[in-house]
Order: sequence, then structure tokens, then C-alpha cells
Amino acid sequence: MKAAAAGYIRANDLPHAISLLEQSRGEARILAGGQSLIASLNLRLAGETALIDINGVAELSGIELVGEQLRIGALTRHRELASSDLVARHVPAIAQAAPLIAHAAIRNRGTIGGSLAYADPAAELPACMLALDAQIVVRGPAGERRVRAGDFFVDLFTTDLAEDEMIVAVEVPVAVAGERQATMELARRSGDYALAGIVLVDRPSGVRAAFFGVGPTPILATGAMAAIDRGASPDEAAALLEGDLQPLDDVHAPAAVRLHLARVLLRRALAATRS
Amino acid sequence: MAVTPAVGTISAAAQDSSTMTDTLRISVNGTPHELTPDPRQSLLDVLRETLDLTGTKKGCNQGACGACTVLVDGKRVVSCLTLAAMHDGAEITTIEGLAKGGELHPLQTAFIEHDGLQCGFCTPGQIMSGVACIAEGHAGSPEEIRFWMSGNICRCGAYPGIVAAITDAAERA
Repeated sequence: MKAAAAGYIRANDLPHAISLLEQSRGEARILAGGQSLIASLNLRLAGETALIDINGVAELSGIELVGEQLRIGALTRHRELASSDLVARHVPAIAQAAPLIAHAAIRNRGTIGGSLAYADPAAELPACMLALDAQIVVRGPAGERRVRAGDFFVDLFTTDLAEDEMIVAVEVPVAVAGERQATMELARRSGDYALAGIVLVDRPSGVRAAFFGVGPTPILATGAMAAIDRGASPDEAAALLEGDLQPLDDVHAPAAVRLHLARVLLRRALAATRS
Repeated sequence: MAVTPAVGTISAAAQDSSTMTDTLRISVNGTPHELTPDPRQSLLDVLRETLDLTGTKKGCNQGACGACTVLVDGKRVVSCLTLAAMHDGAEITTIEGLAKGGELHPLQTAFIEHDGLQCGFCTPGQIMSGVACIAEGHAGSPEEIRFWMSGNICRCGAYPGIVAAITDAAERA
């Protein structure tokens, strides 16, 4: 099938992109790497829409350390996340997640902003944002606002973004001394969406475990996290995941398998951060 | 042939003709082209249907198989998941651009020597991805090659020959 797209326009800069979004009154979509959007247009899962190409908007790229935060521009490609020294040093969970995203050719185009806006519940980066308690920086005609990852992912493929807003960057707290991070997933084949995955941020002040592929959004396993902080064993914490996660039966795996895999991943991730 | 241009439902944003980008200048295998693609046309469809470069294959059209892999400014991309209009000014390399003066590219030769194919449908994508895999420095071991070539599926299962061909070509590069 041919893609369903009603028009294409290239944004020159950020104000231009926002102005185009506002003028389109919800009929246009932001085109970044296109690695999910164009697939859904090709499959006609997404309907007739105008596309605002932001690939030429230079201020959306780049990774920089700003105080205690790593600011990652929305247009940063997965390949850049995987090869960035700043990411490896300050948010190793993201450096570990990047090579798990699809395949090399996809990672050359796909962007962090696109992944977060698409909000696939089995995707790695939304779970990274949740586990790291990152803020999503979004901009619309009324200006800029910051949304905590925990409030950003609302439902299946649904975010807090208004129709005239776009993601411009994320701000991720950098790892503190003694902090360990681990991103792991289990998939049938390398590069497939995970059957289940975990991003574990093990801070001296407390642990945060976000799971992906086991519910309509990335999910913080608050019951298991509290148990770990109280000194529970990995097995005891893993047993509590049934109350934390909402896996569904689908063609790829039954809910019980996904829950089992989540337990395996929690034990493996804790073994990695506490070895 | 290309589909009929979309009319009628273009949003207010896209009607601002001052910012419409209707002319596309791309270089494909060293040959410059000036095109006016339909905005919906993928780079893959422009290569195959407008430029008659049918070496690049359409497998899944959703980024899962790798058969349409080409190089854009030296980096491998799946051409089905990128619109031609997004690549104004880009240099594209397809399977047709690898041989020089009648001499096959070393990786093409290696695919023949190592039986890196059976039916051949995935082969242009495998070779383009393999060229990038070697250029990226990701061909140091069979394990590394398997990981970095994971986006290219071969339904005939010629993987051992593909990995051997890339290993061989990387050593000769």
C-alpha cells in the first residue's frame, strides 16, 4: 500500500514548527525520524494527515549537561544515544537501552522525541524516562512546559501532549555517586519489541523499577520498589509484581508469560546493579 | 507508476506555498536528479518507480525486513520508512551504485564466493547493510556481525554465508 499523507511541509525552525502545528488545528503531525509514523502511514493505520518535517530544526538536536540534568534534544537519534559519552557516563540506562531499539538502520533515523510521542508501551525509551524520573519539555503556542514522565504516558499510544504541542527535549537527572542502572529486555528475536523489559535505577536513596511491554504504558513497579527499599530479597520483590503490572494476553505471549519474564528481569537487573 | 497527487485535504499549514518544498534535488549513485515527488512517496518508491532502480526491493514496507536498505549520506536506512521529500540535497547509494567500471564491489564478490544468497530477494538489502556494517567498524567477529546485521532477514536462511561473506570482505577492506 502507499502511505496516506495529505501534505508535507518542512519547518525552518522551532517557532515555524509550532506555528504550523497551530494552523493545522489538529490535522497535522510532527514528522521526526518517521520510523513508526511512516510505517503506520504505509499500513494505513494512520489516516490522511499533513506532515510537518522537523528534521531541519537544528535547535532540537544535541545532548548537553545542564547542572544536574542531561538535556537531550527531541531530534537526537537512537544511534547518537548509543554512542554518546555523556549518556554513557550520566544515564547508563539510556546507553544500555539504545542498542535494544530495533536495528541499526532504524536507529540511524529514529529519534528520542518520536519514540516518546508515539508512546508504544513496549518501547524502551518511555520506560527509561519513567525510571529516571525525567521531565519531558514540550512547547506549544502558549509556550513551554515540563511534564514528569509519570504524568506524560497516559494510556496506550496516548500522551499528555495537546494537539498543538510538540516535544522539544527531555531533561534527565544524572546518576549520583553510588547509583547503578540496568536496562534489560526479553524478546523472541534481536531487535523485536520486547515481550517484557525493565529499566532499574538503583539509587542510594531508593530504587525505581519501570517495566515495559507489560501494560498499556510503561509501569513503575511501586510495590516491588518499596519492598526492595525495605530490604526484601529479589525473590520476595519479584513475587509482588503481580500487583504492580497489568500484562495482557496477545498473539506474542500470554499475560502469565509476560509476568514471569518481568520477574526474571527484576532478579537479573538487581543482580546486575548489586553485584 | 506513482500514485495520483493528494488534493483537497491538504491542511491549512501545507497550503502556505511559500514553505512548500516541491522540488527535490538528490544524487543517486553519483547522478544528480531534480524531482517533484508526491509528498507521500517513500524514498523506496521514488527509487523503484520514478528512477527505475529496481535493485532495491520492497519486502515488508514497514521497516521489519531490511530488503530496502540503502545508504543516505553514507548511513544505512530502510528506504520504505523515509519519505523522498525528506532528503533534499542527500547522496543516496543503492545496490546499482556499488560496482565500479564493471568490477563488482568486494562485498558483492564475497557474497558470490560464500553462497551468501539463495533466492536473492533480500540480497541487495543485505549487501547495502553489510557495506555499512563494515564501514561502521561492526564486522570484527561473527557475533558482532550477526548483531549488527539483525535488521536484514533472509527467508532462505543463508545467514552462515552472509556472515562469512561480510567477515571475508571486512578482512580485505
